[in-house]
Amino acid sequence: MDRRDSFKTILVGTMAGGMLLQSCQTNEEKTALQTSLDNYQYGRTKKEKEHDNKILAESFFTDHEMKTISVLGNLILPPNEIGSIEKAGVPDFIEFMAKDYPPFQVPLRGGLKNLDRKAQALFSSNFIDCSTDQQKSILDEMAWPIPDVPMSGQTTDVQFFNQIKNLTLTGYYTSRVGFDDLGYVGNIPNVWDGVPQEVLDQYDVDYEPEWLAKCIDQSTREEVAEWDEEGNLLN
Amino acid sequence: MQIKKPTKAYDVVIVGSGAGGGMATKVLSEAGLSVAVVEAGPFFDPADPAQRTQLKAPWESPRRGAGTQRPFGDFDSAYGGWEIEGEPYTRVPGTKFDWFRSRMLGGRTNHWGRISLRFGPDDFKRKIIDGLGDNWPISYDDVKPYYDKVDKLIGVFGSKENMPNEPDGFFLPAPKPRLHELFYIKGAKKSNVKVMPSRLSILTKRINKDRGVCFYCNQCSRGCSVYADFSSSSCLVIPAQKASGQIDLYTNSMVHTVTTDKNGKATGVSFINKEDRQDYNIQGKVVVLAASACSSARILLNSKSSQHPNGLGNTSDVVGKYLHDSTGADRMAFIPELIDRKIYNEDGVGGMHVYSPWWLDNKKLDFPRGYHIEVWGGMGQPSYGFGWNPNDLNKFFGLKVGGYGDSLRNDVRKYYGSVIGVSGRGESVPQADNYCEIDPTKVDEFGIPVLRFHYNWTDYERKQAKHMHDTFEEVFHNMGAKVLGNKPTKEQDYGLHAPGRIIHEVGTTRMGDNPKTSVVNKFEQMHEVPNVFIVDGGPFVSQADKNPTWTILALAWRTSEYIIDQLKKQNI
Repeated sequence: MDRRDSFKTILVGTMAGGMLLQSCQTNEEKTALQTSLDNYQYGRTKKEKEHDNKILAESFFTDHEMKTISVLGNLILPPNEIGSIEKAGVPDFIEFMAKDYPPFQVPLRGGLKNLDRKAQALFSSNFIDCSTDQQKSILDEMAWPIPDVPMSGQTTDVQFFNQIKNLTLTGYYTSRVGFDDLGYVGNIPNVWDGVPQEVLDQYDVDYEPEWLAKCIDQSTREEVAEWDEEGNLLN
Repeated sequence: MQIKKPTKAYDVVIVGSGAGGGMATKVLSEAGLSVAVVEAGPFFDPADPAQRTQLKAPWESPRRGAGTQRPFGDFDSAYGGWEIEGEPYTRVPGTKFDWFRSRMLGGRTNHWGRISLRFGPDDFKRKIIDGLGDNWPISYDDVKPYYDKVDKLIGVFGSKENMPNEPDGFFLPAPKPRLHELFYIKGAKKSNVKVMPSRLSILTKRINKDRGVCFYCNQCSRGCSVYADFSSSSCLVIPAQKASGQIDLYTNSMVHTVTTDKNGKATGVSFINKEDRQDYNIQGKVVVLAASACSSARILLNSKSSQHPNGLGNTSDVVGKYLHDSTGADRMAFIPELIDRKIYNEDGVGGMHVYSPWWLDNKKLDFPRGYHIEVWGGMGQPSYGFGWNPNDLNKFFGLKVGGYGDSLRNDVRKYYGSVIGVSGRGESVPQADNYCEIDPTKVDEFGIPVLRFHYNWTDYERKQAKHMHDTFEEVFHNMGAKVLGNKPTKEQDYGLHAPGRIIHEVGTTRMGDNPKTSVVNKFEQMHEVPNVFIVDGGPFVSQADKNPTWTILALAWRTSEYIIDQLKKQNI
């Protein structure tokens, strides 16, 4: 490679990497990418947007690995009447995290491969092609850490399963499906006026009158505050 | 690099737009002065829908709020962090300091905890009490009128408590405690730890027609689109811009030096525009540094001239010294009573509704300075990390930890909202030997020499952290909670966070009456360069066990009035 070529490569590498990748894609893929970018409309700096768009356009896991992640995810958190890990976008989220946080890559990829190796040794097929009972028999050996030993001291199988389990759960519960499954009802404008009375009763706790006197009477929240010279609130 | 000639001269050039810079911008522009604000980051308005993260659900981020891009997570509204690409800093080997920078209009006020505490009378006179460090050259009475004005202008909820060193102010009413906070109140009272409503600059009640009232989304750290909490952008700089035609805002413009004339008097500042990477120079009769304690020290140390060979106004060699942060240690506990709790919306304000101010007398303890306790927990919005290790708490019931399948779903639900945390935030003793200086071996991507830090905690702080953990365990025990994790050991500095981690660093240009041992006078005016003022945390002689923002704001207001007065009298 002569100097001019290498200069060109550097430019391409630093400035146009994302664009080049996209230009090799079919129209269908381009539309899919645009749709996935449009899913994420929130305050970002220019630099952050460039990073996200770049890695959203790239793939890390193979189709087979993605399928394995889905099968594993459904065993970790089986679908119910509210939804599934697919509906929660868990496999795509795990792939995004592997690209966004590269230290995840080797343990996840290696762990997925190792899972197939175990399945081959025991049942002569890849993990995803085993029966559910066979898959569970493999997971039963990985899903129970030795008590009171830190994760770094557990076998690599246990560590891998723990990691994919945590990513699956966090991906699930940070989705609409997960919110509904948990029953989470926050993140909307409202007026906080204390713990519901039946909850106070349940735990045998209550607000002391002296403390309540310092708290906002929510019927006055829209009145512009006025104080006397000593700082006593007048309204 | 060619320096672009100045296009405009101002009455005042303000470097930085955080708490101090924002307040100076407001007060000085309202007095009719022409003002340039030079900010190292981009424009930011929390009401701008394109920049909004408030009320976004985790799935609106591809990383579900993970902290891979921003240290406090994807939705936090600080552009920056402890590490910024292209803007390194170094540490003297064997010492620790982590430096948090937020590059944007409003600086770190966009994501802070809104804990708005006045320093008390004792906090200005610590040396009189324990013989350590130095007294401030001013007292609480000098600052009180400005605290009062800040309370009324910006708004803070709290309660009158009549505690001598926790002065009351002009408070809005507090929000009612959440359930885990009622548990904390119970545990604290039983342990004889004072507990009271917290004091946060969040509007539980309207204070004017321009700002909204809190709608309890719990997300102040994301910036408030209705301006119901304090950030310098939404409450100071943007309103001042709207009210006056005399403010020019230079964004993405990083100041590296204060320029001086042949008499050593400041003439303005030089900055690099981060977009075209050209240097520019603007002139001002007065320069106000508000770039943050360490950034302002860096600008002074990089402003060398024949009149100021050791850096601007640094004959004393005190610039950069006495750097100090608040101490910090945290602990978590599990409240078995709260398993399988009823789920309802308990978001509340963005922060605790109750806290413990320092309640003991250090004369009876083996460490000299106090701390306050912050409380957190409850049924927060799931974000990246939620559901991690879903049944670790099984061990408290003799149940196995691990597994997969529907049992995990039950475990997540069962333990949701049953964990409580506390954070001690305390006062350290400033040391001349804790400092930042210019690292002669390194520049940042803008060619500006970078800071090198030298900071070690002393036994004063270590013993305080040990006391924090003893208190945490007692309070947890008394509320019926099970402490999580082991108590940090002596070898682990009793769990003390590294200096800089609490993001309250102050003291690098401390105030005093003696020019040999201080950088600025009691009006935050440089002893050696009378037309340069410093209104960030740099002039703090000692950082109390209070968060510094309210004091930065009050002092910046006081200094701004002094600048107006001195300009009128033609003294500067």
